[in-house]
Amino acid sequence: MTSATLTPGAALGSQRVSENVRYYEDAVRLFVIAAVFWGVVGFLAGVFIALQLAFPALNLGLEWTSFGRLRPVHTSAVIFAFGGNVLFATSLYSVQRTSRQFLFGGEGLAKFVFWNYNIFIVLAALSYVLGYTQGKEYAEPEWILDLYLTVIWVLYAIQFVGTVMTRKESHIYVANWFFMAFILTVAILHIGNNVNVPVSLTGMKSYPFVSGVQSAMVQWWYGHNAVGFFLTAGFLGIMYYFVPKRAERPVYSYRLSIVHFWTLIFLYIWAGPHHLHYTALPDWAQTLGMTFSVMLWMPSWGGMINGIMTLSGAWDKLRTDPVLRFLVTSVAFYGMSTFEGPLMSVKPVNALSHYTDWTVGHVHSGALGWVAFISFGAIYYLVPVLWKRSQLYSLRLVSYHFWTATIGIVLYITAMWVSGIMQGLMWRAYDNLGFLQYSFVETVAAMHPFYVIRAMGGVLFLAGALIMVYNLWRTAKGDVRIEKPYASAPHKAAVGAA
Amino acid sequence: MAEEKKGFSHDTIERNTLLLIVLILITVSIGGLVQIVPLFTIESTIEKVDGVRPYSPLELAGQNIYYREGCYNCHSQQIRPFRDEVERYGHYSLAAESMYDHPFQWGSKRTGPDLARVGGKYSNDWQVAHLVDPRAVVPESIMPGYAWMKDRPLKYTDIQDHMKTLRIVGVPYTDEQIASAKADLEAQKNPDADTAGLMKRYPKAVVANFTGNKGVTEMDALVAYLQVLGTMVDFTKYQSPKQLQQ
Repeated sequence: MTSATLTPGAALGSQRVSENVRYYEDAVRLFVIAAVFWGVVGFLAGVFIALQLAFPALNLGLEWTSFGRLRPVHTSAVIFAFGGNVLFATSLYSVQRTSRQFLFGGEGLAKFVFWNYNIFIVLAALSYVLGYTQGKEYAEPEWILDLYLTVIWVLYAIQFVGTVMTRKESHIYVANWFFMAFILTVAILHIGNNVNVPVSLTGMKSYPFVSGVQSAMVQWWYGHNAVGFFLTAGFLGIMYYFVPKRAERPVYSYRLSIVHFWTLIFLYIWAGPHHLHYTALPDWAQTLGMTFSVMLWMPSWGGMINGIMTLSGAWDKLRTDPVLRFLVTSVAFYGMSTFEGPLMSVKPVNALSHYTDWTVGHVHSGALGWVAFISFGAIYYLVPVLWKRSQLYSLRLVSYHFWTATIGIVLYITAMWVSGIMQGLMWRAYDNLGFLQYSFVETVAAMHPFYVIRAMGGVLFLAGALIMVYNLWRTAKGDVRIEKPYASAPHKAAVGAA
Repeated sequence: MAEEKKGFSHDTIERNTLLLIVLILITVSIGGLVQIVPLFTIESTIEKVDGVRPYSPLELAGQNIYYREGCYNCHSQQIRPFRDEVERYGHYSLAAESMYDHPFQWGSKRTGPDLARVGGKYSNDWQVAHLVDPRAVVPESIMPGYAWMKDRPLKYTDIQDHMKTLRIVGVPYTDEQIASAKADLEAQKNPDADTAGLMKRYPKAVVANFTGNKGVTEMDALVAYLQVLGTMVDFTKYQSPKQLQQ
């Protein structure tokens, strides 16, 4: 039981080859292409709006290019377009293998979901630029697009859950627990946060039922769990499939998987109010939010340990396999940002950090370090398999991508730490006569150098992604770069000797 | 191993998709229910204060421009009860003050300053000049300019539909307010108009020809909205001016 539960298709892999069965992969390929495309678009949009904060002339004086309209384009492009397509690709790829079953609803349904989801993305982005928005972070699409997304999501849920239900494997593999929690909870969140009344059935504008303090609580119940279930539970599903596969080791601990799963999904939902500390939200709700956010540290680190320790006995592969390096570093970033998050949810810390760039830095250590890195790892794993190539075009280029992106992240988050903490301190600074020491705009001026550094970090991250695009394109073509191979044998010997 | 244990084993869940789904749904529902439902049932969630009223038609149109331009991406509307914030922005925000905001605009980031009590802090002319070219009045500002908004006619033919929709979701617009919406909207931008009815229906509304344009423009509406923010509650009724200065 446990070996089947813990090693995704490890035993099955050879079986597959001998039976020469091919799972549905056309739609998965499309999702991978879209993920890479939207990744580049989203990173580019991020770099552009980062530069707008450093050089406001880049707002161009046009209504469609102001920061206020473009920021949702960036967040939606990276979270829902890049992240979403990665989740579709990886979940629909792995669920077939861990269930030993073809996709429920077939290739046609998967392609239908693909085209409609990506049309939704394009329409949403266009609507933001044209000024249609619900005015809620990460939930900007107006009511008609929300309905469209609901239909797409239900079809995706039917496909995924249907595949699990018709599986030929006796047990549901742990990655699929996480994918199912992600799919079901995102559905609840999306519907719960978008109960609106349209002004007219032929117009885009609508008003939500809830207002003020209730609207704030519902929005951050949604907003925090978009992080918790879209960007965490879903990507943990990726971790539980792709890390063991790439490392060729079973998941470290079955028991830890169970504890990790149930405590994570139970606790995450409570953490929303930490976005509303010291606001007009009642204190009892704030305290609950803080308490559960601190508790959330434990399952998060349980998951991190389970992911990283999966490399037990295979640590040497980190030297020779930059793809695995992406996967493992992502889990390390996951550990770092899930430590920082609980810290920032403690009210006195939040008093300083809230409304500042520290929050932005925290989000990006999770989004770039965890979500994007594990996505890159999974994509590098998938492309040779999906395009039936024996190997990637170049592992060296993967390594260049890794280091470029890592330096980019470090620049980004350190710049935001410094600027965030500095701005928080400047806001509350008093001079020795008892007056506020700085006007607001003095704190804005002080941010400038850090906004430039942050944008440079973003440029490096984008450059890394472009290296990936080139590498994947050549891989798909079937090329293999002539380069010095990563030798594994000497390292193994060295490890053994040590 | 797990399956050798007596009684319940996680193995059961791993074999049964529907059971797993039901347990996931229960597990993820608890936190949200506990935190959200009481906010609708506990009466003290929104304290009772005098003065908070639904937005006037022009202010409402302005708020919709505030939503449309994504101002919440950089400006909060929520003053926390800290000495420096109260000194910088004014009395900390009350839940009642955003009870007619569908949705709330408390924000999450202060790339620019908090706007919860920006109403009346600056003149109408300053607000217009600042929106047109922020760096003309605040050289260090990094805010986008909205010059294009100044002369663009406001579309308000459907303002009554907006108010009716808001009434469905709980904003107590009266029949009279809805019936006079267009006249009120135009009157608020015309200092020479008879504004007695407007001021009775919407006390403290700022009446002015904000942009100096002949017709009502989008920037007129936005400035009318900004100028009422945080001004509805008269805090001197609850605390002495000296206490308020603390």
